[in-house]
Amino acid sequence: MNFGVVVFPGTWSDCDFHYVISEVLRQPVRYVWHRDRQLDDFDCLILPGGFSYGDYLRAGAVAGRSPVVEALPEFMAKGGLVLGSCNGFQILCEAKLLPGALMRNECLQYRCQSTHLRVENAETPFTRLMRPGQILKMPISHGEGKFYADAETLRRLRDQKQIVFRYCAEDGRVVKDANPNGSLDNIAGVINEEGTVLGLMPHPERASENAMGGTDGLLIFHSLLGSLVEDGSFLKR
Amino acid sequence: MKARVLVRLKPGILDVQGASVQRALHGLGFGEVQELRVGKVLELELDGVAGEAARRRIEEMCARLLTNPVIEDYTVEVMG
Repeated sequence: MNFGVVVFPGTWSDCDFHYVISEVLRQPVRYVWHRDRQLDDFDCLILPGGFSYGDYLRAGAVAGRSPVVEALPEFMAKGGLVLGSCNGFQILCEAKLLPGALMRNECLQYRCQSTHLRVENAETPFTRLMRPGQILKMPISHGEGKFYADAETLRRLRDQKQIVFRYCAEDGRVVKDANPNGSLDNIAGVINEEGTVLGLMPHPERASENAMGGTDGLLIFHSLLGSLVEDGSFLKR
Repeated sequence: MKARVLVRLKPGILDVQGASVQRALHGLGFGEVQELRVGKVLELELDGVAGEAARRRIEEMCARLLTNPVIEDYTVEVMG
């Protein structure tokens, strides 16, 4: 499976994703500069965390209009998958490739901590090796991760099972205390209607080796690889 | 010509920044402040367009980059 890791000025998790994909998963991966529009070589593109363009105006706003992001709809139409983590999630929302918006944390603090996530939808190419209700441990590191959507959008997200991860307590209860940023409905990650774009605030690449405190993040990568191996249906090109 | 775009969080969306500033004002003795919301001002200087045409261009800028319609409202002031 050919991965591309997109790099904007100010991206900071690009090397971590590259390392996990090449050294832990042993899969082909290369960096993609934000001005590139030629994406035909890739099966999956990663939009990593960081502060693209300094997050000026709004987090992810400028990156959300960059050449590589403008090329994503065509990439997706050809069967490509897109994973956005942290700033990547913000960028995908700004580009309207995912619903909703990410706002300043309700606590007004930058939160860098471990979180527990409950798997709400295990029927996506990104989560197919997980069990519904499974509890994962992954770190977050952000100041603007409070997911917001209007009531109508939230209803649609629920109806269409587009909510993929929710912040929960260690025992899986979805409670306010386990919500690190004030996200609506404890939402930590959502997928688009077509099931081809996943955005989440947590960092799977920082939970991919035991030395880093856990490997739950690998479940996302292995799900992706499984999607390719087991049906290959997203590879229409 | 000059123009100004005022960007606000939509009514009903919790403004944690505004609430924090309001609390600080209360701490300074300005207890009369009932609500405070933080927005932003974008000042533009445009060349080669004016009037209604300029307003339309700025509204296009707002739709495509300057504002996020999920969470923000805006007003445009064209200043001759």
